[in-house]
Amino acid sequence: MHVSVSEETAEQQPAAHQVSAFLERRREQIAQRWADAALFRTVFTVSRDEAVEAGRAVAAALAAVAASGRLEDIRAAGFEAVRDQLGRMAASRARTGTDPDGVAREVAALREPATELLRAEFDDPNGREALECVVALTALMGTLRLVVMETTVSAGEEVIARQREQLHEVATPVIKLWESTVAVPLIGTLDSARSQVVMESLLDAIVAERARFAILDITGVPTVDSLVAQHLMKTVAAARLMGAECIVSGIRPAIAQTIVHLGIDLGSVLTRASLADALAYALSRQGVEIAPLRTADPAADAGVR
Amino acid sequence: MTASRHAAPATLPIGSDADLAWVRQQVRQAAAELGFGLVQQTKLVTAASELARNTLVHGGGGHVVLTPLHTGQAQGLRLSFVDSGPGIRDLEQAMTDGYTSGGGLGLGLSGSKRLVQEFEVDSTPGGGTTVTVTAWATIVPPTRPGL
Ligand SMILES: Nc1ncnc2c1ncn2[C@@H]1O[C@H](COP(=O)(O)OP(=O)(O)OP(=O)(O)O)[C@@H](O)[C@H]1O
Ligand SMILES: [Mg+2]
Repeated sequence: MHVSVSEETAEQQPAAHQVSAFLERRREQIAQRWADAALFRTVFTVSRDEAVEAGRAVAAALAAVAASGRLEDIRAAGFEAVRDQLGRMAASRARTGTDPDGVAREVAALREPATELLRAEFDDPNGREALECVVALTALMGTLRLVVMETTVSAGEEVIARQREQLHEVATPVIKLWESTVAVPLIGTLDSARSQVVMESLLDAIVAERARFAILDITGVPTVDSLVAQHLMKTVAAARLMGAECIVSGIRPAIAQTIVHLGIDLGSVLTRASLADALAYALSRQGVEIAPLRTADPAADAGVR
Repeated sequence: MTASRHAAPATLPIGSDADLAWVRQQVRQAAAELGFGLVQQTKLVTAASELARNTLVHGGGGHVVLTPLHTGQAQGLRLSFVDSGPGIRDLEQAMTDGYTSGGGLGLGLSGSKRLVQEFEVDSTPGGGTTVTVTAWATIVPPTRPGL
């Protein structure tokens, strides 16, 4: 990480420079103190060494920021080295139910131990020089808090975006695979709203394509619980009423075992392991047979039609 | 890079379909981190999906607490689904395969009991419902030297 130190800024802020030197010099002690503070202690529950290491990284980043004289700039280059780490720590606190205010307080609590060490550096802890340095460090720690808060906000936005994506992910293209054969590859969460969309578009396609076979492929559905199973069975029943035979494909082994333990009876539903198997079944029922091309060139064997 | 591994309990809200999706993802991730195999993960996530939906639909919303368990060499995950809804009047009936007070299959409670190792319902009419399930990863991790 390249940090440019402007001489001019440093001249104007000798206290910032002193704080930077202090953070470098006392990095280890500061990290040790921080490891016992709520923020680090509760995030790095497995190993104290990890907490100390994270503390060192934060102290080093603060030293770089102070050296650049940009004590109150949350965009200061020095923060980049720890921005991700701080984001993960804040996210970890949020996951355990700590609200943003609580996280902010925990970051604020890091100031006291650092200030204490800083004062101890001076012969006269209440002298002008010491006070100027404490003020500079206080400003820097305030900026650190803002940096952390910013990561929590963007983490929250990320969560919302991910959830939205999850819901939108289940686009439901109905694909015509063959004469009289349509398929819907389902991807993502199949909640009630989605399954309604799936059913409607599948029934529309059955009518439009005059399909006799409809394949529901659930390879991309991560969880099949009783509600999802119920939606699948309703869709199969509705397709049947439209005169199409419905095949559910892509039930993975882990899901098959889970369905059985859950007690769901898919006995009335025609299933095939893969979409390819389901298509082969539909084709054979229509009298279409797939066979490898008889050819002299073995490389062409891969191409079926 | 330091990973932010934590063994502390995590609380997730259950108030919408989007929350259910999030709960499933978080349970899957937590189970995977604890060394659950794919089938065990799928079973636990499915049980979580059933119970979280009950919390949402029957309990009027609530929250789930995820607690990683480390006892000796066994790694487990405990999930507590908490609501302050109407409670379950007749638990035996509710636990019966196929019983539903709504339009469900009536397999959520009884089925998820079969998907986990420990299952406990604490419910008082008018006083809410807490369903706690625990699953253990069957693969024993290799012993770490010096522990
Ligand atoms: N958290 C809860 N609060 C109040 N009642 C509940 C709760 N959980 C379950 N119940 C009652 O127990 C019954 C059985 O629950 P179960 O999950 O087995 O079936 P279901 O939710 O009706 O259908 P599904 O198979 O779709 O889950 C429910 O119909 C409901 O009356
Ligand atoms: Mg249910």
